[in-house]
Amino acid sequence: MVNTWIAATLVAVIAGVVGFFVVLRGSTFAAHAIPHGAFGGAAGAVLIGVNPIAGLGVFAVGGALGIGWLGRRGRHDVATALALVLMLGLGALFLSFSVEYAAAMYSLLFGEVLGVPSDELLPIAGLGIACIAALAVLYRPLMLTSIAPDVAEARGVAAQRIETGFLLVVALAATMTVPVVGVLLMFSLMIGPAATAGSLTRSPRNAIALSVLLALATVWLAVAVSYLTNLPVGFFVGTLGAVSYGCARIWTARRRGRTAPA
Amino acid sequence: MSGPTLDESADDAILDVDGVSVWLSGREVLHDVRFRIMPGEFTGLIGSNGAGKTTLFRVILGLQAASTGSVLVGGRPLTRRNPIIGYVPQKIFLDPDMPLRARDVVALGLDGHRLGVPLGWGRRRKAVDAMLDAVDARRLADARVGSLSGGEQQRVLIAHALISRPRLLLLDEPLANLDIGAEGEVVALLARIAREQRIAVFISAHDVNPLLPVMDRLVYMAAGNTASGTTAEVIRPEVLSALYGQHVDVLRVHGRILVVAGAEGPSGVTFEETDGAAVGPDIVALR
Repeated sequence: MVNTWIAATLVAVIAGVVGFFVVLRGSTFAAHAIPHGAFGGAAGAVLIGVNPIAGLGVFAVGGALGIGWLGRRGRHDVATALALVLMLGLGALFLSFSVEYAAAMYSLLFGEVLGVPSDELLPIAGLGIACIAALAVLYRPLMLTSIAPDVAEARGVAAQRIETGFLLVVALAATMTVPVVGVLLMFSLMIGPAATAGSLTRSPRNAIALSVLLALATVWLAVAVSYLTNLPVGFFVGTLGAVSYGCARIWTARRRGRTAPA
Repeated sequence: MSGPTLDESADDAILDVDGVSVWLSGREVLHDVRFRIMPGEFTGLIGSNGAGKTTLFRVILGLQAASTGSVLVGGRPLTRRNPIIGYVPQKIFLDPDMPLRARDVVALGLDGHRLGVPLGWGRRRKAVDAMLDAVDARRLADARVGSLSGGEQQRVLIAHALISRPRLLLLDEPLANLDIGAEGEVVALLARIAREQRIAVFISAHDVNPLLPVMDRLVYMAAGNTASGTTAEVIRPEVLSALYGQHVDVLRVHGRILVVAGAEGPSGVTFEETDGAAVGPDIVALR
């Protein structure tokens, strides 16, 4: 159970920080496609008998590079969709060959936060630190390219390289968190808390901090309730994410309604 | 023998565009563009959509290579990340709910191209506040950028461009999408910046009229061709007719200028389409 709390905490911190940039840059589709597509890699890894995390990593990084490369030549959303369907297609192919996928695949889809082994904690922490360090390095160009890509270009920022670097961070985060919270959940944990935080505070620094706090609260609560009720963690993470965002929107709408001039 | 004053001023020019042509996918988008901008001058880049204004800006910013000709900025050849140039894009991409305040956008003007997390918050905060004061936007400092009006966002973007202390400020259609009141305020602000800080302002617009009171010179673009000089020198039927390749009338109404395609020129100019590119002038003053 201690492992569960540690893993859940690590995942929440990563998802909260990465999610802030995902929401800021409007990259939610890429953040959806990379972990989901990476699932296909895990299926391939199970098929050839290696650690699913290796498969996740290869597909996530490949997907990120593919989206970055194709997105340079055409529409970003189309590139993302093509990368996603290609990876999912491969996943379907691998699954059709595999006979012993059921349990392993189920846990990758929905996570097995209640059964994280001790020896997986260190890699998770390592990848998490790498993600956050990379985001700290990219912080200013990421912000600048998010709001004014042509200004960034004029100031010598290689916007496409920054974008690809960012997608690689998302891929790292996905590789690390998917085995814990599952493919479906990784996405909701990145978007829900970050979007909620963004609508509650105006400063980017506060929004990142609040995003992490909300992700922590969401995961801790979801794990606790899941443990007590024996219902899937994913259900609670997804629901809490959507409900907290909904409440934040209602709250800010009412507050703005009160302060707006008649 | 004694050096002509023209050459002396050429050495001081903050921007010297000399015979620049740009070919994009087999079409000549800019043809032999030449003009100079001196420090502290307010210059308009006037032309309708598709005349080549954005391409010219991209050349000056080092984002588009010129096919022929040369550009000197502050007396030196072009580079990317030229600290002498401040650039104000036409718009920024922000959802009204994004957690980003006006002060954050201005601070990115200081060092947004650098890697790493910014340090020295106190010093940065002071610099940002001073800059927002300079563009009369201090009260907007803590507002969400996405929720500001078009004119307010322009002020913030101008502060973003000015905080790195450029000597040439390029503005891409800053008056588009502004109402008339905001338009006048932004123009007055830019004129003040040019005058007080000796920053050359180069501003693109499709309508010459809002800029008339403050413009020192203008560069008029039509179908990739340019004419430059003072308003009185350029906005004349002969000059603009030559530029458009067809007869054009210039009407002055209550201090406003209208450029109108003449149906039949006095010399009986016939209309010709040159390689499919539309060369007809818009009625520039009427939008």
